[in-house]
Amino acid sequence: MIAEALTGLVFLPLLAACAVVVLPRRMLAVPALLGLLPLPLLLAPIVAEVARLGEVLMPIAGFERPLGIVWRVDPLAATLLGLNAVIGIAIGAYAAAGQPPASEAGRRFWSLWLLLIAGMNALLLSADLFNLFVTLELVTLSAIGLLVLEGKPAALRAAMRYLLLALLGSLAYLLGVALVYGQAGTLDLYQAGDLLDATLLPLTALVLMTVGLLLKSAIFPLHGWLPAAHGNAPGPVSAVLSAMVVKVSLYLVWRLWFWLAADWSLGWAPVLLGALGAGAILYGSVLALLQVRLKMMIAYSTVAQLGYLMLAFPLLGAVGFGAATYHLLSHGLAKAALFLAAANLLKGFGSDRLEDLRGADRRLPIEVFTIALAGISILGLPPSGGFVAKWLLLQAAWAQDGWVWIGVILVGGLLAAAYLFRPLAVLTARPPAEPQAGATEPRRAASLIALLLAFAALAAGFVPAPILGFLAGGTPPGAVP
Amino acid sequence: MSDMLLYWLPLAVVMVSAVAGVAIFVAGEDRQRLRTTLNLLAAVAKLVLVGWMAVFVVAGQAPEFRFALLPGLDLVLRADGFSMLFATLSATLWLVTTVYAVAYLERGADRARFFGFFSLCVTATMGIAMAGNLLTFFVFFELLTLTTWPLVVHNGTREAVAGARSYLAHTLSASAVFLVGMVWLYALTGPQDFVTGGTVSAVAAEHPLAATGVFVLLVIGMGVKAALFPLHSWLPQAMVAPAPVSALLHAVAVVKAGAFGLVRVVEDVFGPAVVASLGLNLPLVLLAGFTIVYGSVMAIFQSDIKKRLAYSTVSQVSYIALGIAIGGPLATIGGIVHLVHQGLMKITLFFGAGIYANLLGIKKIHELDGVGRRLPWTSFAFTLAALGMIGLPPVAGFVSKWYLGAGAVAVGMDWVIGILIASTLLNAIYFLPVIQRIWLRPTPAAWPAEARVSRLEVGGMVGSTVLAALLALAVGVFSGHPFSPLNWAAGIVAGYYP
Repeated sequence: MIAEALTGLVFLPLLAACAVVVLPRRMLAVPALLGLLPLPLLLAPIVAEVARLGEVLMPIAGFERPLGIVWRVDPLAATLLGLNAVIGIAIGAYAAAGQPPASEAGRRFWSLWLLLIAGMNALLLSADLFNLFVTLELVTLSAIGLLVLEGKPAALRAAMRYLLLALLGSLAYLLGVALVYGQAGTLDLYQAGDLLDATLLPLTALVLMTVGLLLKSAIFPLHGWLPAAHGNAPGPVSAVLSAMVVKVSLYLVWRLWFWLAADWSLGWAPVLLGALGAGAILYGSVLALLQVRLKMMIAYSTVAQLGYLMLAFPLLGAVGFGAATYHLLSHGLAKAALFLAAANLLKGFGSDRLEDLRGADRRLPIEVFTIALAGISILGLPPSGGFVAKWLLLQAAWAQDGWVWIGVILVGGLLAAAYLFRPLAVLTARPPAEPQAGATEPRRAASLIALLLAFAALAAGFVPAPILGFLAGGTPPGAVP
Repeated sequence: MSDMLLYWLPLAVVMVSAVAGVAIFVAGEDRQRLRTTLNLLAAVAKLVLVGWMAVFVVAGQAPEFRFALLPGLDLVLRADGFSMLFATLSATLWLVTTVYAVAYLERGADRARFFGFFSLCVTATMGIAMAGNLLTFFVFFELLTLTTWPLVVHNGTREAVAGARSYLAHTLSASAVFLVGMVWLYALTGPQDFVTGGTVSAVAAEHPLAATGVFVLLVIGMGVKAALFPLHSWLPQAMVAPAPVSALLHAVAVVKAGAFGLVRVVEDVFGPAVVASLGLNLPLVLLAGFTIVYGSVMAIFQSDIKKRLAYSTVSQVSYIALGIAIGGPLATIGGIVHLVHQGLMKITLFFGAGIYANLLGIKKIHELDGVGRRLPWTSFAFTLAALGMIGLPPVAGFVSKWYLGAGAVAVGMDWVIGILIASTLLNAIYFLPVIQRIWLRPTPAAWPAEARVSRLEVGGMVGSTVLAALLALAVGVFSGHPFSPLNWAAGIVAGYYP
């Protein structure tokens, strides 16, 4: 039962992606629906099992490690799988509202979309370093495919840069994997962790893999490719890139540091990673404050918000781990809402330059309201998921007298307020601006989906107790309780 | 059954205006009649619910809604004497302000947005009143910031945007400070509900420095909204908001929320005994006293009516801080009751200023000449409230000042009387010339910008203004009545100083 569910998480969207390629055009809605909608149903028994046992292991085709490949789901992976299903379905529905799947453009979008979801699910299930590499490539390549769908020159340039840097990152990661394999004789992440010590070669491997993955996650100062890519992609693609894609590679860094290298003494390295996060928060926020285009502002906000996930390294503990994971969740929901609402504004006004969006709340009130609601979570005000994460991060920092981290978190929140209220003031200013030529009214369904995601980010502020309790069942071994 | 009721009632009191707010958003801009009905229905329903809850509280029961937010950390809404005082004030003034605002904005733009956020803002105020612990208070305190921002920025002019930006910069910085203070407090004591007498006495004895640090951070966090010097500068700038918003901001919502929070911190988090043992009374008295004098002096130099009233608020709200800072039962009663008195008087003044601006285009003090003959009822209400602010008996303001003075003497801070006298003189200096202009100067040939307004609108605005003024008079005249705010405050303070 569990094995079938796990298999379904990967193969259902994968098969649906293949079906989208071969089926006649008018039938494309069927695989699009069947590839995504059952995912929550498949997840339910898995989550229940993980909550009961702490983790679920599945050797593929019955071959045990080290020869075979094992899928492994713990609370962290299960939580991210859940987020992935929600994001995949919500943004998929948004895309379908804007453009029906039964079209040639729909065929291109849905094949890549389903491939991306399948890839991310596979990545979250994998516990094998090489298997992780393969799934990571699948995610990157389908994301880049989605990025260039509209063929905008700016998007093409951004995609090229993303592609080259992502390949560089993969190369570094692969080198590290080779080193681990040479030393430990296994590719299983957990077995390798047991076999290896913090000697020169394994450390080199860890550094290589980390740098490669941080490049893919666009962590400051390796973030250069992200704003152009996320700011110029089609609406639903921007949303998924910021909400999920950059995070799965960071998730992998967490796996390496908190599980594989759990008992290595790494000295100042976690603090260094935290410092990168602090740099991301401050630099990304200031840059977001300077943008003249709404989507670029949101993209720089992603650069900043990813920094909070890096604070998990110095603040690792039961509280810090839950805080970072909760931040990942609520940021995913809020950022998806922001990008979708921004895409609607772009469509409705023919431009996403702030000066062209003056007084937009009179014509598109739902969009402006969505941006405001999602903004509450981004800047960490209650009641929202972002506030829960910030509260826990502050607690974790306080517990280890991390004054610098507290300062960074607070300043980051204030800067976020500044960069979010600047566009909101323009969007509600009077007199309103006229839409540009070529602007079309966004579909009502598309507006409501964005609003729903923003509400979900707020609702996350009311249900942290069960989610954090579930996550506490899988606190990493490296975490001080 | 009764248990269920006691559990859900606090939530219902808070949420009724939120539901109305959402309904108003959904109804949209053009359904004016539906919107007005929703507004009034929700306001009346809220008043009824608050009254119902008051019956329970008077009967000695404690309605409480509790919801686990984080492990060990609850969202608590509950009714005690102090929260009922503030909730009753908010619910009453919300009804009055709704009538006023419906008439005031009759011909304005973006009314759905305005009334939607207006309702959400009252939800936040109610949540603040009913908050049973510091975290819940913080949640609604921030909600208040967020929901008042669209009201301040409502006109969308460059000025409004600048004023709203300053408002946000101040309040959000304060919330960061508040958050640190709260994290620190919880690190010391663990999560605690508001308890009469406070929860930190053990910690304060062991780590006086840490307790003082927490106190300072929390006072700064509240002090921005309460407009304590030097954190007050957003308030005069926020005057760009429409008159009903200014009225609500000054009388019940933002400024009062800050003052209310100060009282909670002093009485229910730290407790008067701990505040005294940490030696924090005197600094707080000096701060409040300075703010009182400073606000009054600044008010004299304003030529804009609303700006003068804004500085007057800076000064008057600090009476509340002064009362609890002095300590002792009498002064505390004076501070707490001023929460109500100042609200009633200040809302009348802002209503009046709004009518002058809306009907006649009068925004400056020197334009008020002879307006008493043109708008006698409004001017009567305005005059009554101004005299009350000065402290003329029997209007409400006198009662507060009397208790403050008597309380200061009772704890040996006789010199505080000097502050009260100075402030009274200054109040007279900035209000009496205004009254003199209104009644004794000749009427000009033409008003700055006279508007043609229907009788119904004028009736709605003037009627609610006069009602507010009469309330301010009544709470002063009938202060001896067992259910007067004064006796209510005395009952609350009897809990703090058994």
